[in-house]
Amino acid sequence: MNTLTNRSYTNLFLLPAGIVYFVFFLLPTILSFFFSMTWWTLTDWKFIGLENFKTFLSEESLNIGFKNTIIYAVVTCALKVILGLLLGVFLSSRLRTVGFIRSMVFFPTLLSTVAVGIAFSTLMHPSQGMINAALAAIGIAGPDWLGDIQIALLSVALVDVWKGVGLATVIFIAGIMSIPEDYYEALMIDGGNTWNKFWNIIVPLSRPAMNTVIILAFIGGLRSFDLVWAMTKGGPGFSTDLIASIIYKQYQAGFYGLSTAGNVILFILVSLLAFPLYAYLNRKEVDL
Amino acid sequence: MRKKKIFSLLGSTVLMAGLLSACGSEEGSSAGGGSSEQTTLTLLRDTQSSQEGMNAVAKLVEEKYGIKTEFETRPGGTEGDNIVKTRLATGDMADIAFYNSGSLMQALNPEKNFVDLTNEPFMENVMDSFKETVTANGKVYGAPALPVSVGGWFYNKKVYKELGLSVPKTWDELMANNEKIKKSGKTAVIGSYKDTWTSQLIVLADNHNVIAEDPSFPEEYTANKAKMATTPAALKSFEKLQEVHDKGYMNEDFLATTYDNALKMLAEGTGVHYPMLSQVIPSIEKNYPELVEDIGVFPQPGDSAEKNGFTVWMPAAFYVNKNSENVDAAKKWLEVYLSQEGIETYLSATKPEGPFAVEGVELPDDVYGAVKDMMPYFDSGKTTPALEFLSPIKGPNLQQITTEVGSGIKSAKEGAKSYDTDVEKQAKQLGLEGW
Repeated sequence: MNTLTNRSYTNLFLLPAGIVYFVFFLLPTILSFFFSMTWWTLTDWKFIGLENFKTFLSEESLNIGFKNTIIYAVVTCALKVILGLLLGVFLSSRLRTVGFIRSMVFFPTLLSTVAVGIAFSTLMHPSQGMINAALAAIGIAGPDWLGDIQIALLSVALVDVWKGVGLATVIFIAGIMSIPEDYYEALMIDGGNTWNKFWNIIVPLSRPAMNTVIILAFIGGLRSFDLVWAMTKGGPGFSTDLIASIIYKQYQAGFYGLSTAGNVILFILVSLLAFPLYAYLNRKEVDL
Repeated sequence: MRKKKIFSLLGSTVLMAGLLSACGSEEGSSAGGGSSEQTTLTLLRDTQSSQEGMNAVAKLVEEKYGIKTEFETRPGGTEGDNIVKTRLATGDMADIAFYNSGSLMQALNPEKNFVDLTNEPFMENVMDSFKETVTANGKVYGAPALPVSVGGWFYNKKVYKELGLSVPKTWDELMANNEKIKKSGKTAVIGSYKDTWTSQLIVLADNHNVIAEDPSFPEEYTANKAKMATTPAALKSFEKLQEVHDKGYMNEDFLATTYDNALKMLAEGTGVHYPMLSQVIPSIEKNYPELVEDIGVFPQPGDSAEKNGFTVWMPAAFYVNKNSENVDAAKKWLEVYLSQEGIETYLSATKPEGPFAVEGVELPDDVYGAVKDMMPYFDSGKTTPALEFLSPIKGPNLQQITTEVGSGIKSAKEGAKSYDTDVEKQAKQLGLEGW
């Protein structure tokens, strides 16, 4: 029965989805590669080769975002993995209030990023913010979290971790729960302690979960934008600018070609970092 | 049979897409009710500018011609630029657009998007210095929407009296005043860099001094023959900003202070100077009406007391959308707005923050004290438009760069240099010659 009619009939069903995918995803992607090499005013364009890329890479206020983006991605990713794993272990135990604590940890994930950003920028106000008021109460002079260019980026990264660690924790809990009981029994027979349980069973066997978290958090960190924009708008000066926020500012200024070039650069950067990372992590996975 | 199916599928997809896109554009035109005799104009304006005057005139237009006005709002600043540019590019602009004059307006491609108002009779009385800022290729596109405003140092007169200070005529006198205010324990200069745009004021309001020293700067700057960093007069603007920071005259938490906080400090006198635009006055009137007469203003001084004068900001303008179906109604709207009757209506609804860009308009006697401070400079012609009205180039990152200079991350020279590379992008985007 597997005739030509039959096959083309089923292919027809793919068409609507295919068209939507082509018009809204493939076409813009292809066009963006083209427009990144033009001088563009949305209605009018002129081909200028790689000029936009040269501008983007040679200007200090533009390429400051590279360093920041990498720092931001690495810091948020690392903290989410470490804290997520620890919380995951803690919350997959048979604690009585575990359901409640799990929801507490997951709760920030549900909040709007912009709302979180605005709330924290108020909390982090150097003289009237609650965080510094609390620190002052125990005799510590809190820093200017978002105004000091040395720590502003880290402050934003910490808020990102606070907001994102819930999701990482849930993934870890799922991973830890799926480890069969046999391993723990074997450990008990061999006389292993709690540390062995953590280091020799949970860590290696929750590897798939860890890889998911690393990839999600790392890519999320690389293209992060909303939180930084809500908290600092890339400031003071350019000190917390990420590639995405720089692109947005170029777009706002009406430099459409230049901002498209920035997007292509971001695309290449994410691909260059994420694919090898993904391949590397997959090789290290252990079968259950 | 099968062909039919393909077509119906394709058809439904197209219909779907059409439906979706229609959702976006309908809100503006349908909401005003559909009767064909009555025209409803849409007007897109920002949320920051004074609205009472416009609303009053809109009512007058409705009474006179039965033309209703529906105001659409957008944020100000760069977010607003975005919305305006996007709506123009997608053909979704309101009938009348409220938008900046000067360099920002040049970036909108006015010839393509707006109706030429050069020969409209209602434009006759509009000041030439304003017209210049809404002119592209010899054609005038905008009608002044608000009074002219100045950029200068707003100060608290009460504190000035308490400390026995007098209005400074030179930069050195201003710095001496700052020193005394600092010693008295008050904030000498209010910084509100949480709203980054406010960090630009010391640099921008210095243009009168720049031009006084180097009159040909704007042309040479536009032609890429002069740079900020290498023109001493222009570099001085950045140095003034750096000096204010280096001497510690600003409030300690200036990076976390907002424009609204700053207004409070100025009104209550905990902060004494605030380099700002005239919009400060109506905002203080709104929030601290009993304190508004404590506020005065003086121009940012230069080296010589004789050359003292204000840097002025030409007001935003109304532009008529070329693709609008109601061009005639929109012109009528503007005609009323700029008529004697319209301006009187405007003045009865709100006190102006400065003189109008229309000739022959007398301001009432009960204007704000700060406006009275400005008038002598206008009457004697000691005003210069800000650089953004004399040259189409304004780099988009100036507010980040002035934040850097004003908070000591960069020196004045470094800041001026990075601004020079910043404007390069703008000049290239505009396709100017010599870049």
